[in-house]
Amino acid sequence: MNDTLTIETAGTFAQNWTETNLPFSAKILSEAKTVLENTPFPTTRTEAWKYTRVTKISKSAFQNSASTLANVAPFNVLTDAITLVFVNGHFQKDLSSNEVLDGLTISNLAACSDEQLATLGEIVPLENEVFSALNTLYANDGVFIHVQAGKILSKSIQVLFIQDGDSQQGQIRNFISVEKNAQAHVVMGYFSADATDCFSNSLTEVHLADNANLTIDKIQLENETALQIATEQVNQTRDSIFTINTVTLDGLLVRNNLNIAVNGQNCNTHLNGIYLTKGRQHVDNHTVVDHRVPNCESFELYKGVMDENSTAVFNGKVFVRKDAQKINAFQSNGNVLLSDNATINSKPELEIYADDVKCSHGSTTGQLDEEAVFYLRARGISEKTARHLMISAFVGDALEKIENEEVLNFVEGILATKFGFSLH
Amino acid sequence: MIKINNLHASIEGKEILKGLNLTVNAGEVHAIMGPNGAGKSTLANILAGREEYEVTAGSVDFDGVDLLDMDTEDRAREGLFLAFQYPVEIPGVSNINFLRTALNEIREYRKEEPISAKEFMARVKEKSAIVELDAKLASRSVNEGFSGGEKKRNEIFQMAMLEPKLAILDETDSGLDIDALRIVASGVNKLKSDKNATIVITHYQRLLDYIVPDFVHVLFDGKIVKTGGKELALELEEKGYDWIKAELV
Repeated sequence: MNDTLTIETAGTFAQNWTETNLPFSAKILSEAKTVLENTPFPTTRTEAWKYTRVTKISKSAFQNSASTLANVAPFNVLTDAITLVFVNGHFQKDLSSNEVLDGLTISNLAACSDEQLATLGEIVPLENEVFSALNTLYANDGVFIHVQAGKILSKSIQVLFIQDGDSQQGQIRNFISVEKNAQAHVVMGYFSADATDCFSNSLTEVHLADNANLTIDKIQLENETALQIATEQVNQTRDSIFTINTVTLDGLLVRNNLNIAVNGQNCNTHLNGIYLTKGRQHVDNHTVVDHRVPNCESFELYKGVMDENSTAVFNGKVFVRKDAQKINAFQSNGNVLLSDNATINSKPELEIYADDVKCSHGSTTGQLDEEAVFYLRARGISEKTARHLMISAFVGDALEKIENEEVLNFVEGILATKFGFSLH
Repeated sequence: MIKINNLHASIEGKEILKGLNLTVNAGEVHAIMGPNGAGKSTLANILAGREEYEVTAGSVDFDGVDLLDMDTEDRAREGLFLAFQYPVEIPGVSNINFLRTALNEIREYRKEEPISAKEFMARVKEKSAIVELDAKLASRSVNEGFSGGEKKRNEIFQMAMLEPKLAILDETDSGLDIDALRIVASGVNKLKSDKNATIVITHYQRLLDYIVPDFVHVLFDGKIVKTGGKELALELEEKGYDWIKAELV
């Protein structure tokens, strides 16, 4: 009798997908394949996925059809930026900018030389990482950004990732490298055009060289049926500054894996996030800051507002390794629940092995202060506006971390139309 | 301006107001005094529209409008203002933003044009001077980090900005030192006109040296039991409330 238990692995899920044409090393492709053949999708019994079920992804079948859009006007966050457009993970050249900017090499990965992508995948752990393995073996395309040493880009970069169609999947792979003393600002926007039940799996590798400065404004605005897994794998070397603002305002299931390895001294790392959920949405922000060397600082501020039956997860891990002395690591997560059925699971985790550090973490969860709501109403402000004033006050400090005015205006615009705020 | 008739109200099943009657006309200042638990703050909160209280009988006519039938925000828009005894702090909501929003919602309700940014800032400057409120405080979050005196002055500043028909000051003097008291009182006096009215709820006669009332009422066990002129306040200060209790027996 054959007693073997067949584990449904991720390999079965993607068996009809087309393997990638991107020049990953044979070793990496082989490892990805092994992971997919042997590893099932994470269940809620896996600690890192305790509060996030992925059955909506794993139990569905997705296609990857070539789809093109007529225009991206509604998705333009920036007016005068170098813009690249990807639909279901495929580069749409006619909607993308071909402007040449001094110090910048930008294209879609499929158009890069093997040389440019020599280190592709090297900093991405694959063991037990089903979504990273899927993204690697079946990568469609994504953006390649390289900023030359000493160059401070005169314009921002805007990359738009758009889902379109029914049950479409897109495996988006991005590679960003900012050389010594260089500086750049990148907006990464995830949107839905005419999409139902689509699945985006985005993986962005970021390399910051000495004294490099990179700010990423990540906006997640796929529609209420969308499924997204987004991973950023960041490597910082000495004196570099990395800032990422993650704004999650829509999507049925969104899981962010933000992993930052601080491998150089005197680095600054800023992770900020805002998530507003309603309906039956689920947003999970998992972050890891790994302080491996001394004299660095990291600041993390995430604010969430959950309404109706939605749920959210915040899991912020900070590692301070044994030799990483004089680290200042601050983490704060604040949550407001607007309804009795909304849920937040917030877990700060500090693993400190050094002994001369300043680390703190704080997590709060509460409701709107009803006394304050009454006070505002007693001055003539409608109940609805009063609650909105208080919600925008609550997310205000995280929102203000967005330095680029156009991005801030764009986000405030969404808050106004989608959530009914009028902030001014 | 406001006519309260036979008002009965309870909270969590306990009756606090037991048939309160009060009439206030435009141009008048009425003081309401009484021992603790008599229902002074309850009256203020019910007029402002706090939903925790249940009105079981009676009516309140506010310039021809049935006040009890209105939501809190509409009462404010009709011209009612409550200066809170314990003003709450609202971090992240700026004083300026909040006041402009309030002013514009009131104007919209009255089918008036919204206030321009320029006119609004000019008004802020003018009115904050009335209560000697530093303009810097105006741009901070509502009451955040304000001292007790600053909070009470902020209430009067808001009153000056919103220009209500009827202002109810709920123990505005509690916790204030004599200087803060003088500033608050002076602010209230500057805002008085023959078109508006003020109800001053207080536990101490001292405030009434500065905000001189036309009528003094004693609220005792949920009803107004005695009304007099400003001398009544002095009599209460001197003799306490026991003689009133005796009179009622």
